[in-house]
Amino acid sequence: MTIANQELNTIAAQEYRYGFITDIEADVAPRGLNEDIVRWISAKKNEPEFMLEWRLKAFRHWEKLQAEQQTPTWANVHYPPINYQDIIYYSAPKAKEKLESLDEVDPELLRTYEKLGIPLEEQKRLAGVAVDAIFDSVSIATTFREELAKHGIVFCSFSEALQKHPDLIQKHLGSVVPYSDNFYAALNAAVFSDGSFCYIPKGVRCPLELTTYFRINTAETGQFERTLIIAEEGSYVSYLEGCSAPMRDENQLHAAVVELIAHKDAEIKYSTIQNWYPGDQDGKGGIYNFVTKRGKCAGSNSKISWTQVETGSAITWKYPSVILQGDNSIGEFYSVALTKAKQQADTGTKMVHIGKNTRSKIIAKGIAAAEGSNTYRGLVRIGSRADNARNFTQCDSLLIGDRCGAHTTPYVEVLNNTAHLEHEAFTSRVDEDMLFYCNQRGLSMEDAQSLIINGFCKEVFQKLPFEFAVEATRLLELNLEGTVG
Amino acid sequence: MLEIRNLHASVNDTPILRGINLTIQPGEVHAVMGPNGSGKSTLAFVLAGRPGYEVTSGSALYQGQDLLEMMPEDRARAGLFLSFQHPVEVPGVRLDQFLRAGFNAVSKSRGLEELDPLKFDRLLRRRVKTVNVDPQMTRRSVNEGFSGGEKKRNEVLQMAVLEPALAILDEPDSGLDVDALRSVAQSINDLRTPENALLLVTHYQRILNYVVPDRVHVLVNGRIVKSGGKDLALDIEANGYDGYEEAANPTLAQPASP
Repeated sequence: MTIANQELNTIAAQEYRYGFITDIEADVAPRGLNEDIVRWISAKKNEPEFMLEWRLKAFRHWEKLQAEQQTPTWANVHYPPINYQDIIYYSAPKAKEKLESLDEVDPELLRTYEKLGIPLEEQKRLAGVAVDAIFDSVSIATTFREELAKHGIVFCSFSEALQKHPDLIQKHLGSVVPYSDNFYAALNAAVFSDGSFCYIPKGVRCPLELTTYFRINTAETGQFERTLIIAEEGSYVSYLEGCSAPMRDENQLHAAVVELIAHKDAEIKYSTIQNWYPGDQDGKGGIYNFVTKRGKCAGSNSKISWTQVETGSAITWKYPSVILQGDNSIGEFYSVALTKAKQQADTGTKMVHIGKNTRSKIIAKGIAAAEGSNTYRGLVRIGSRADNARNFTQCDSLLIGDRCGAHTTPYVEVLNNTAHLEHEAFTSRVDEDMLFYCNQRGLSMEDAQSLIINGFCKEVFQKLPFEFAVEATRLLELNLEGTVG
Repeated sequence: MLEIRNLHASVNDTPILRGINLTIQPGEVHAVMGPNGSGKSTLAFVLAGRPGYEVTSGSALYQGQDLLEMMPEDRARAGLFLSFQHPVEVPGVRLDQFLRAGFNAVSKSRGLEELDPLKFDRLLRRRVKTVNVDPQMTRRSVNEGFSGGEKKRNEVLQMAVLEPALAILDEPDSGLDVDALRSVAQSINDLRTPENALLLVTHYQRILNYVVPDRVHVLVNGRIVKSGGKDLALDIEANGYDGYEEAANPTLAQPASP
């Protein structure tokens, strides 16, 4: 093996930088899952009756799927069976009273956020970003509430929304991702503990980027959050979530559900930077990120755009999708997924064209380094009434080193012969030739690699809000560090 | 500027260079000619420090420094440039960004000013004119979808931007038609100064009609078997490499002596 190749193969040596544990007393549910636990969680959160009913229906459905062993097995990921009775389904930091302002937040928690690089205090001053931070299962503090309230925008934790806006939740919950959608969606519906809720009224353009930051802290905890965003007619919102988790030897389960609803002429832009703990070099530990994200372009001329940068998790199983129901509606999916060490990612999207003149665009970039395995899986479905539907798909893979793998599995179902679909795919390799070429122009090995990776991801990074594009670039560089010879 | 002494190098444990001696002074143009497989490109790669090209013995001093001890990027920053015979595609990386990154890396190591995109753009536009390439080329991904001729011109453009002290041009003429060849050669000549030097590696004599060498070296089987003035190239054009190959491999020409 030549020197450059050895360097490439040590990429995975980069350690996880967000692996600290916060020492806070937590309010923890008994281990395991049964109807009583579901009731316990619902009672803990003082939920309205309809919510408990829905959870119980979901739980019974999940039990049935579990009994029939209907866990999804089609994805190109491999892991030992999960013992769902060995997971703690609810963990909340013990708070003495309800928190009214940041000053009342446990300073230990705020320090955690600072380590993560999201100083809430700072962000209060830095206009432009409102943060709803989820720590384990409960929303800690929401900034910029007043500013948003002026526009009639609701941005709060899911729990709070259940208390204050139960009608909105009852109307929309499960309307995009029903509890019966899949195994993990059913599990989430039964036990989800918190999440974010966002409502943009008719004609309002949300003046801030809304941000949620998730963090899994307690050992052996599953994090099951649920996000619901409703954009009324003619409104616009840009929403970003970031995720991290401490280093632990056990695998932790993260099964989230995100539902987006865009009414007539509304636009939702949803961006994710996911940096969950990926496990160590040998594949020990790390988050199982089994997530169902789906948006519905309910009204005509509506638009939903997903952008994701996935660098973490031991396993990622995630297909942010758009149901293009309204005529002339647009769905977009921009993705960068990086797998290194023994990480596995099976990710992509579904674009379901129902309305006329609907358009979708898929740009998926997979980067596999060391022994990482990266699969793009996508479905484009053109329904029989979706006249003149268009789709453009581009899925590219970049291989770093010679022990990784990239796979592309596109599915296409067309029931209308006026459809116009384009598909492009290429695989390239960051090989010695490319690196040497850059070196010969004066670039160090690291700069060369960073240039190549950023070039590869450019189309996706351009879609991120500016400050998050910077963060995403830095995150990729951190993750691929360790190549200096 | 460059002093190569008894340089031996192997690729995958196969000896390719078997004792190269070559001295280049500032302002000079040297041409290394040879048949396919004689080790021309290997010499270029060894000097540029490509991984996988192992120097087994000998030395190379560049501006008084031990060239063979330097990392490839440090050689580049010290003013050694290699124009690739087969330029590499870097998908998604715009040529102007690529060039600025290289230019700034070189400038930084020399304690010179690094240029922001605007300032660099001004410099790049001047170089684009000098080298006579389509300005749109700098906005495309590095070498991606470039024609053979565009790739060669792009190498010369990069040379114009980085202003190397020693440029090693590995077959800058291959795949070019006569007009393109003349134009590329003209650009190379325009970049010559009394301080810099060229090492031109080529199979054919024709580019030497335009870029006139001070010295011509015939490389056969990993050794320089003959050196001379520019007329030597004309001799090769007329008579081929056969005579030199026999000289390099006497065992092929006559039965092995007991």
